[in-house]
Amino acid sequence: MSMAMASRLVGYRRPLPGTQPNHLHPPYGSSVKRAPTKPLIYLPQTLSEITGPTFGPELVDVKACDLTRQGSGEALGERIVVSGRVLDEDGRPVRNTLVEIWQANAAGRYLHRNDQHGAPLDPNFTGCGHAMTDNEGRYRFVTIRPGEYPWGNHHNAWRPAHIHFSLFGPAFATRLVTQMYFPGDPLLAYDPVFNCTADESARQRLISVFDWDTTIPGTALGYHFDLILSGREATPMEK
Amino acid sequence: MTLRATTWQTVGPFFTIGLTRMNRTELAGPGVSGERVTIEGHMFDGDGTPIPDAMIEIWQANSHGKYNHPEDEQDKPIEPGFSGYGRIPTDESGRFSFTTIQPGAVPGPDGKMQAPHIAVSVFMRGLLRRLVTRIYFQDEPGNAGDFVLNLVEPSRRGTLIARKVAGREGVLEWNVVTQGADETVFFDCGM
Repeated sequence: MSMAMASRLVGYRRPLPGTQPNHLHPPYGSSVKRAPTKPLIYLPQTLSEITGPTFGPELVDVKACDLTRQGSGEALGERIVVSGRVLDEDGRPVRNTLVEIWQANAAGRYLHRNDQHGAPLDPNFTGCGHAMTDNEGRYRFVTIRPGEYPWGNHHNAWRPAHIHFSLFGPAFATRLVTQMYFPGDPLLAYDPVFNCTADESARQRLISVFDWDTTIPGTALGYHFDLILSGREATPMEK
Repeated sequence: MTLRATTWQTVGPFFTIGLTRMNRTELAGPGVSGERVTIEGHMFDGDGTPIPDAMIEIWQANSHGKYNHPEDEQDKPIEPGFSGYGRIPTDESGRFSFTTIQPGAVPGPDGKMQAPHIAVSVFMRGLLRRLVTRIYFQDEPGNAGDFVLNLVEPSRRGTLIARKVAGREGVLEWNVVTQGADETVFFDCGM
């Protein structure tokens, strides 16, 4: 490798303390036996981390952004539009990146064999969607507002309504999986998953914003949710 | 910098709904050059219990040591049938398996090459963020000088190395152990 090439390697920023969850968060019971106990080893980013998988348009089904029309009939529940932009920390759009989502149905039930709680499935709703961001980093889904649901973490535990998001971004180092919540949900204060991040403002950014501009009159209310991926370091990491 | 990266949340127990579509367990199509290897193993939690509801994602260079990515500017060929991406679930017994080609060496810091390796992300219910680790290869001469392996105390390096399985040509074993004496080495590479 030439030294000229090495000088061009620019890494991705690391999170500020408190703005990302620790692996161990005892109020979330499943973390106790699955979080590592030894300190993570600091890995300087290399070509392996500043590159990452890219996916072309041939892997995208343009119909997969509408979760209300995947069956032979209409999905049950309140239709909503969830849209926003994928940006880096400098506000630059992350273009042509895959956004995968999954969620419970309107009754708070997942189409999954391990979800056997007593709420009905909807034969016309899988809860699975994906889309590719456009040149401005925008994405848009039409879906059903997911229901809250009980879970076994502690006595009378309930998850607030949420939609799971998975994004790759431009590099191995920019991978993000998160959950989007809804404004005003009274369960947020009690949820150990939402509250796993120490930084209050970081938690608040997981809550979508009601958005008149994306509402479809007569059909669906709009919620805006931007996703921010790690930005580039200001200077090359190697000389 | 005007914005802060979105905080991670766990994939939870039901991620297969959204993520199975992009599973890739056979990475190398016909005609892709390189030595085929099947890497298989199990995932275990702190009680030694197999983890049936997890997945790994992998990212690797092709056999020439070239990443299929615009920021890899090395003068080496890209293989059309090889993207370098894999997504592999664990099954009910906590087992996973994928087939790929052994990657070539890729550049590291200071102009030195890194030993052949695969970058790995681990996802499961109970993990509020992914875990990042690497797979290296048994008997690779470059391992001794690899700068990442040398960040790890010698007694733990073995957790990063896929080992040949006796009597099964082309099969390597590599496990993920989240806690305990055999805890896999996990890295902090940023997000």
